[in-house]
Amino acid sequence: MTARRLLGGGRIDRSRQITVQFDGRSFLAHPGDTLASALLAGGQKILGRSFKYHRPRGLVAAGVEETNALVHLRDGERHEPNAQATMVEAFDGLRSTPQNAWPSLQFDFGAINGLLSRFFGAGFYYKTFIGPFSGTKFWMFCEGFIRQAAGMGRATTLADPDQYEKINAFCDVLIVGAGPAGIAAALAAGRKGDNVILVEQDRDLGGSLLSEPVGSPSDGWLAQARAELDDLPNIRVLTRTTAFGAYDCEVFGLVERVQDHVLAPERGKPRQRYWVVRTSRAVLATGAIERPMVFAGNDMPGVMLTSAVRSYLNRYAVLAGERIVVATNNDSAYTAAVELAKSGAKVTICDIRKEIPAQLGANAKSAGIDLRPAHAVLKVTGCKGVKAAYLVPVSSQGKATGGSVRVACDIVAMSGGWAPTLHLWSQRFGKPIYSEGLDTFLPLAEKGAFTCVGSLVGSASLRDALQQGHKAGGGTGKEPALFGHADFWGRNLLPVTVVTKADGGTPGKAFVDFQHDVKLADIDQAYREGYVSIEHLKRYTTSGMAADQGKTSNLNALARMAELRGLAIPNVGTTTFRPPYTPVTIGAIVAHDHGLHLRPTRLSTIHDWHTENGAEMMDAGLWLRPWYYPENGESITEAYVREAIHVREHVGIVDVSTLGKIAVQGPDAAEFLNRVYVNGFKTLPVGRLRYGIMLREDGFVFDDGATARIGEYDYFMSTTTANAAKVLARAEYLLQTAWRDLKVHVTSVTDQWAAIAVAGPKSRRVLTDVTSADLSREVLPNNHFTYVTIGDVPCRLHRMSFSGELAYEIYIPAKSGRKVWEALIAAGPPHNLKPYGLEAMGALRIEKGHIAGSEIEGRTTMKDLGLEGFASSKKPFVGSVLRKRPVLEDPKRPSLVGLEIIGNQGATAGSLLFAMNAPAKGHGEGWVSSTTYSPALKKNIALALLSRGPERFGETIQVVDFVGNQTLHAKVVSHHFFDPEGHRQNG
Amino acid sequence: MLRIPCPVCGLRDETEFTYGADATLRRPDMEETDPGVWHDYVFIRDNPQGRHKEYWHHVSGCRQWILVERDTLTHEIFGSSLVREVAA
Repeated sequence: MTARRLLGGGRIDRSRQITVQFDGRSFLAHPGDTLASALLAGGQKILGRSFKYHRPRGLVAAGVEETNALVHLRDGERHEPNAQATMVEAFDGLRSTPQNAWPSLQFDFGAINGLLSRFFGAGFYYKTFIGPFSGTKFWMFCEGFIRQAAGMGRATTLADPDQYEKINAFCDVLIVGAGPAGIAAALAAGRKGDNVILVEQDRDLGGSLLSEPVGSPSDGWLAQARAELDDLPNIRVLTRTTAFGAYDCEVFGLVERVQDHVLAPERGKPRQRYWVVRTSRAVLATGAIERPMVFAGNDMPGVMLTSAVRSYLNRYAVLAGERIVVATNNDSAYTAAVELAKSGAKVTICDIRKEIPAQLGANAKSAGIDLRPAHAVLKVTGCKGVKAAYLVPVSSQGKATGGSVRVACDIVAMSGGWAPTLHLWSQRFGKPIYSEGLDTFLPLAEKGAFTCVGSLVGSASLRDALQQGHKAGGGTGKEPALFGHADFWGRNLLPVTVVTKADGGTPGKAFVDFQHDVKLADIDQAYREGYVSIEHLKRYTTSGMAADQGKTSNLNALARMAELRGLAIPNVGTTTFRPPYTPVTIGAIVAHDHGLHLRPTRLSTIHDWHTENGAEMMDAGLWLRPWYYPENGESITEAYVREAIHVREHVGIVDVSTLGKIAVQGPDAAEFLNRVYVNGFKTLPVGRLRYGIMLREDGFVFDDGATARIGEYDYFMSTTTANAAKVLARAEYLLQTAWRDLKVHVTSVTDQWAAIAVAGPKSRRVLTDVTSADLSREVLPNNHFTYVTIGDVPCRLHRMSFSGELAYEIYIPAKSGRKVWEALIAAGPPHNLKPYGLEAMGALRIEKGHIAGSEIEGRTTMKDLGLEGFASSKKPFVGSVLRKRPVLEDPKRPSLVGLEIIGNQGATAGSLLFAMNAPAKGHGEGWVSSTTYSPALKKNIALALLSRGPERFGETIQVVDFVGNQTLHAKVVSHHFFDPEGHRQNG
Repeated sequence: MLRIPCPVCGLRDETEFTYGADATLRRPDMEETDPGVWHDYVFIRDNPQGRHKEYWHHVSGCRQWILVERDTLTHEIFGSSLVREVAA
């Protein structure tokens, strides 16, 4: 191949010269070039090695359909695999390297796979590793080797240094594709005042018009159109932007490559921007992609799509070769052939058709083209590039009917017809419709809020495309400027793309899918082995997979299968397209939503005090909570043990602001609570609070917490931290759907109230000091609340205990949380008050046998948790019927027990329980739910759910952690380890 | 992504909502004691193809439960109303 840059023409900026690198070589280029056009102009034939056979591969296309020229871009942290050289804009200093080649692009050891190709056919992976080797070490050995040999580019493991951003947009009309039809649509819609977004994946607007020779009549129209698009303020034009997904309700995903075309993003600019566009309607003007022909050696560097050869010629002023064979089955290749001949190439056209339109024939002849009707390329030979094509006379089925003639050439340009870029339409609506005349699948021109125009619907001419666009944009009256010829679409097409010998075979490997190395023979093999459904064919042969998703291969694979099955193409069907149309980086989709920005962080109003005073914090859902307050470099264990002992001996305070809080208000509030809680709430007097349990509709425990009656129609419900949102949503559901007769409002007040628990034998003394109120047992017994003032902050003081000690909860207007906390700390020294964290709180509640999230985990009933006694028998409540299902009453169900671990080692939550004499296999008889070292008992304890648990007190069992590979022994005891009678909390 | 019309807030992204339940089912009365009735309500669902009524919760918006009529095959949404304003 002796490609060269022409002295004139092209849509490149010849006034500036830039340098790009590939495989260690430098190439001169101009702004306006792509990496592909620069490499082609510089004579680089091989751009990559194929996926399986490591065959040398060169450019096939000039656009998004490129399947071979995948390269590595940049180095280090900006290294990027699988970039299509045809889509990479050339910029000064661009560094690129080949991928999937070792040791070098010119000489690749992996090419030996080509000799072993009979072992690497369709279904290779599936077949090789079933049977005797399945799941063996041999399998794993081979898998590693194969994964090394096969595959595309290598990703970097370094963190991406660039910023990405996400943006939401709304419009009346989204137009995808700024070729002639898309531009006409945008202008028409824009003129009538619609809010328009016009999306173009290229750097420039114009689409196919950019591949017309410079100075064509369309250039004037395009310049005018661009100026008008700029002038209309209601049109937003997004170039370098790909609409990759069309989703329900007219939502589109776009990715804008804001700074991909420079060495490194400018400061403050994102590398890419992810758009989510919601539109009222969409106009798709996405064009069409040319189909390759299938013949032996059609993957040789130098075999290209005719449209690509034309683009390189007219847009980039690169003549791809000196001697060019054009292989076609339709009219669309002739313009390119004539232009190539006029640019100095020696051109031969072999056209499968016997009858060729007279005008085309005349044009070809007058350009000095050797035109051979009823001929096709049977085979291409060469080593690292095309050297010759073997032309044969063919039947109208593409079978050779005579001997071949060798024609020396350096480029074979193929045109097997066109395939509309209907991916977005298909993503949205499913199967497209087969068109007999065009031998391809088309979308419906009008469906739902979508209108398809231009080549996408096979418009017969440029004039038609413009008209369709104009109409789709809502244009009436004045039509867009009409001009020019158009034989872009494959008119007069003979639907044959496969060329074989008379016996149906190909003299060498003929490829259907270049990117995944799928040969015609692989399709045939899949057929023989019964993988005849088009979806099976795809998975079995991998045709149409990988980065290009079959943009050039789908139709040919489909046509071959249809031929083998003796069916018409529409009866074979087509695969469904799914987003994304082209690969999208995860970085763009993630944008800023990572690290701390992944989700909001909720902080209590006392948070700053905790961090200022050395607390270690931990995540609890969205909340950050104090975990422990280490003193003098304590470890977490040392700290929480000290804190727990301190609470039992003196007094501690813990920030419980995260508890869910819901105001339940209205004349029917008592009835509502009576229905959602298992226990009775109708009799709860004002000034009292009550612990309650909620079930799900299916009878399992949902949540627990205390509810205080503030007033006649005013209740204050608390929920666990984790379930606050779920409880509120559930309450809203019941009140708004099933219980619409109840006059009740539920409002989240979690953020309005800070809360502090004060626990320990000295808690009453501390609180009496700070409130100057009479908090004696007689005045404020358990489960009562009162109003107090701490400093100048009015608070509500609930007397209730989670720790098992004499304890209170103070509810404080959120903004004063820290003030009250500090007042308690300030009053603390005479009583030896200290803060404690979540870890100590957990130890204290486990010692008491109080349940928490680890026990209320969705699989446990009240009976399982020993809470049966709370259920009222006098009233129905949510879950009251289904909790009595026989399966939930089964006495063998795991029930809550305590475990005293024997030895110094603590158990891990999630460990499974087995009887001493039983083998430790399977799911066991239960599991450990919560575990801690108990400072009060001075042993390791745990809460567990054990089959027939309460009958087994005193039994020793095995506690097995299969993950940590640890077996412990434990004694089964009551889960009320500490002060079971509750003397301390009632004191 | 679906775009769901909220009777209070207007057309909003699906991400603001939580799907709740099949709106063609009626929760049994509190007094219902037949486990079979409750079983059917809690566990038995049709899986219709086509137009269907669903409860959605505008959980990141007005927190109203709304009744949405949606085609389960095409995702077309025909309209919505506040559940508390729909005749029981």
